[in-house]
Amino acid sequence: MNILVCVKQVPDTTEIKIDPVTNTLIRAGVPSIVNPFDGYALEAAARVKDKDPDTRIVAVSMGPEQAKAALKECLSIAADKAYLVSGRRFGGSDTLATSYILSRAVRKIEELEGIQFDAIFCGKQAIDGDTAQVGPEMAEHLGYPQVTCGLECRVTNEGLEVIREGENYNTRVAVSLPCVVTFTKPSWDPRYPSIKRRMAANRADIPVLCENDFPDMDDGRIGLKGSPTHVKRTFVPQRKTGGIKLEGEPGADLAKKLYKALNNAAVI
Amino acid sequence: MSGKNLLLTEEQRELAEMAAQIVNTELAPRVADLDRTGEFPMDVMEILRNSGFYGMGIPEQYGGLGFDNTTQMAIYEEIARVDAGFSFNFALASGEFGILEDAGASEELKKYYADKILSGSVCSFCLTESQAGSDASNISTTAVREGDEYVINGTKCFITNGALADLFMVFAYTDKSKGAKGISLFLAEKEDGVKIGKTEDKMGLKLSVTSEVIFDDVRVPASRLIGQEGRGFIYAMHALEKARITSMIHALGIAEHAMDIALDYAKVRVTFGKPIIKHQGLAFLLADMQKRVDAARAMLYYSAAVLDRGLAVGTLSPSTKIFVSETAMSVTTDAVQVLGGYGYMKEYPVEKLMRDAKVFSIFEGTNQINLMVSSGILEHMK
Repeated sequence: MNILVCVKQVPDTTEIKIDPVTNTLIRAGVPSIVNPFDGYALEAAARVKDKDPDTRIVAVSMGPEQAKAALKECLSIAADKAYLVSGRRFGGSDTLATSYILSRAVRKIEELEGIQFDAIFCGKQAIDGDTAQVGPEMAEHLGYPQVTCGLECRVTNEGLEVIREGENYNTRVAVSLPCVVTFTKPSWDPRYPSIKRRMAANRADIPVLCENDFPDMDDGRIGLKGSPTHVKRTFVPQRKTGGIKLEGEPGADLAKKLYKALNNAAVI
Repeated sequence: MSGKNLLLTEEQRELAEMAAQIVNTELAPRVADLDRTGEFPMDVMEILRNSGFYGMGIPEQYGGLGFDNTTQMAIYEEIARVDAGFSFNFALASGEFGILEDAGASEELKKYYADKILSGSVCSFCLTESQAGSDASNISTTAVREGDEYVINGTKCFITNGALADLFMVFAYTDKSKGAKGISLFLAEKEDGVKIGKTEDKMGLKLSVTSEVIFDDVRVPASRLIGQEGRGFIYAMHALEKARITSMIHALGIAEHAMDIALDYAKVRVTFGKPIIKHQGLAFLLADMQKRVDAARAMLYYSAAVLDRGLAVGTLSPSTKIFVSETAMSVTTDAVQVLGGYGYMKEYPVEKLMRDAKVFSIFEGTNQINLMVSSGILEHMK
């Protein structure tokens, strides 16, 4: 089984603050981390490898040179090889352009590695943009079936079986290979990196794929030019405070409580 | 932050941060509870072991990482900042390979020991007895040769990891008539019939499990005699000379942790209209605490570098032991003072650090014994 894990380097949002005047993120001094959802995708791949040691895990990230740190982290946890997709003309790409570039990178890495990926694992979404679009869009560009919001997966004779998180219940989905699966937070914690892997990662060669590696890429579909999304305005949403929570079984009793509360507040 | 060893390499720093991330997530939230129950968190040990932090000092040809003392100490320092009892036990559990090398133990025995440790065995160093602490040659445990075996009898006390161990490096008399030159060293195993007596309820360092270890007609194969008969006491002294430096890293972790808490508190606690760090009385106290932490760290890593280069440590071993343990005690005592009434309360973590610090001036040779060792070296120095 060959698995490509797509990761994004993101600012650690637990440490981030927003400048109330300019409405922009204060990035100074904020550490960069591997997007946690991508960490779950890597762990899912590592669990496949635990059962079948012949599994090959390749990590890929698109971003500036600094994103190599995120790839190094993946190498110290479970990845066997890592590639960085980085180029000036890739800058400013929205999710559509990013997913297009990444889908081309899939083919390029397959060519370089001499393998075909059976599955592409992504995080459900990145904690900075929160769009949850890149994984599904990659599946479309590649013409692969997709399963989103995966909690865990298992290799079967037919392909993969993915437990998919739902709002009130989870579903078990069978998907044929090759496919794209995006992962969300499972009940277990991802494994920690190991010393030996970390030391090997420090010495690992992380090839960079730039524009020149994709001679037949459609220029109109990458970077700002290839991005139909335009940000009109960024703002900090106003915090709503107060509110009450009524608890109990749905039904007449709870409805009466709600009526009483609304009546007391003089809104009905 | 009370500072770090700035001379670490990028990789040493990264590995130390990896360990810090694990213990900050897995251990820190539980320390206060474990300090009450006196339990050793085996699960945290397991996580660290899975990441390769166990047996780091075992040479590469025996399957370890062959890390030098400086690298290991940089890692243990981060673990000790969270809990020194845990880091002390964790480090000692896999850290006695050097004794086998020093004793010129057979390849088979070295490989046997390394394989055991790297597959998760816990080792304990069994020297002290109720009548033989500072006066270590006064032990009464004996090992009598019978055919291809030695039969060991005696009771060891205050044994770190005793109750958790499956490997015991035990010192015993093979010939009492020769005095210290009649002591030999053996590797005994739990399955040879080693029994565990009472586990001590201590003042501090609660996460470090300390127990009595009983050898009642324990038969070990002659192949598990470490080095030569009659040289055990020398091996013990060599091991202690090194341990007096390396084990003080845990005391440094305590001092740093106390300093961090005191500093954070002094910046937010307001009296007479300003944070207490703005009052000169406390500002100077904090600066003086930091001075001691800085000096202890510098001394420890200097001594570690001397060990790593294979140079003679001489007085550095007892001096480092005494200075760092005294620093841990004085800095934690002062940290309690900085926190005032809150410092004295169990709800805040500094009283625990003060309790944890005390033992470092007692074990690995009391500070008085270390002064004796140091003055002995001075007397014979040219």
